Amino acid sequence: MFDDFFIRALVAGIGIAFVTGPLGCFVVWRRLSYFGDTLAHSALLGVTIAYTLDFNIAVAIFITSSIIALILVKLERKTNLPGDALLGLLAHSSLAVGLVVIGFLTFIRFDIMGLLFGDILAVTTDDLLIIWIGGAIILLVLKLIWKPLFASTVNYELAEAEGLKPDRAKAIFTILIAAIIAISIKMVGLLLITGLLIIPTAMARNISDNPQKMVIFSIIGGLLSVFLGLFSSLEFNTPSGPSIVAAALILFIISLFKIKQTIQLKN
Amino acid sequence: MSLEKNILVKLNNVGIQQNEKWLVKGVSLEVEKGKIVTLIGPNGSGKSTTAKIALGIYKNIEGNVEKFTNNVGYVPQKISIDWTLPLRVKDFMVLTDNIKDELIDEALSLTGVIHLKEKNLGNLSGGEFQRVLLARAISKKPELLVLDEPVQGVDFTGEIALYELIKKISEKLNCGILLISHDLHTVMSATDHVVCLNGHVCCSGSPKDVARNNEYKALFGEQASQTLSVYEHKHDHEHSIDGKIKKN
Repeated sequence: MFDDFFIRALVAGIGIAFVTGPLGCFVVWRRLSYFGDTLAHSALLGVTIAYTLDFNIAVAIFITSSIIALILVKLERKTNLPGDALLGLLAHSSLAVGLVVIGFLTFIRFDIMGLLFGDILAVTTDDLLIIWIGGAIILLVLKLIWKPLFASTVNYELAEAEGLKPDRAKAIFTILIAAIIAISIKMVGLLLITGLLIIPTAMARNISDNPQKMVIFSIIGGLLSVFLGLFSSLEFNTPSGPSIVAAALILFIISLFKIKQTIQLKN
Repeated sequence: MSLEKNILVKLNNVGIQQNEKWLVKGVSLEVEKGKIVTLIGPNGSGKSTTAKIALGIYKNIEGNVEKFTNNVGYVPQKISIDWTLPLRVKDFMVLTDNIKDELIDEALSLTGVIHLKEKNLGNLSGGEFQRVLLARAISKKPELLVLDEPVQGVDFTGEIALYELIKKISEKLNCGILLISHDLHTVMSATDHVVCLNGHVCCSGSPKDVARNNEYKALFGEQASQTLSVYEHKHDHEHSIDGKIKKN
């Protein structure tokens, strides 16, 4: 019925949506949208390293993104620049350096569009393994740090005072973001991965009144976006990343009507 | 020794600097099981800072803190919750610990807000939220309770009831309480030990001895000393407005 590549993309997308749902909630709650973006931009550098050294792309991206996150923490302590300026600095400079390096690597043919916007043709069986095993590990770790991470998201001092070690949870969470970017880059592309983290979650916020519901709706939103996006990508021959994110946007717009209804009911 | 004396937390000559200014300096105090220690002092005297040092929230401190319990309940003075996060009262109650539903109900009933259990935190009034904060801190049956202005924004009758509740909790759970208040009149009758702060410990002692003090009676009147005991004391120094010490 469908080609193998499409089934692979679908299986990959489902795996990614299960992870971006809960992670996306924390990205939105902790106001880390631009942080996610910065890590994603730096992924291009990871890709070039992977190609140059003939290394696994996901692992290379994971390592570069983690290093960029560390540099950010250092710069925040060492300079007087505000957080958003530092994020912009790292995001654009790492993207620029990545593109410059690609310019030098003339011996390799790069599919830049595929890297930036995702390509469903690119998903291999190995990628599926990385996505599902990596995704399972991410979810397991997130479950283990859920309590301290959630508590410190609500209030850092309460979490610290009552012995939950929020700093450790935050550091681990940063690594988890780097990991989800690494495993989903082929599908969604580095410019749009934050969209998949944030837009289904924003949709979920509109229709939830408690954190558990928001996580569940966020996963459902992500799954629907992946289905809608991939089918339209196949149908209209559009890049997979933008198609998925555009589908998420449509779901978000529909969820706005639900808010309107609740507001009317309240009045 | 800590077991013998039932000490829960002990501050040894602690202090903290921010932008080369001491927020507090040279504070020593200890909280024992079943005892209420109250920190008093003017605004900016370092009461909340001292509490946060005792809780281990501040890391780069002078001196040292010995903490003998990990079962801590905390009511912060200020708490800002981001409403991008949908949170009901019952979600908030299990924030730092998995507490059984019966205990949640019990704590919410004690502070008089059981009817708000399903409500969203963002829809509560200041006083209601304060009662939820207190309920959350006591529901985990802590050994050490740190209460930073726990009744702010609560109506007058509620305030007295909540202070009575705090006293009852310290007896029932046999927990130590570090209480911060600038409201001398209502708190003192329940307190075992008072520490007066103004950037450092100005003085400390038991309020009950002082309540019988004649000078105190002259100051506040006979009736006041019967109903409420106030910790009255003399300092050997004065403070200028910026908190600097002027020796007499």
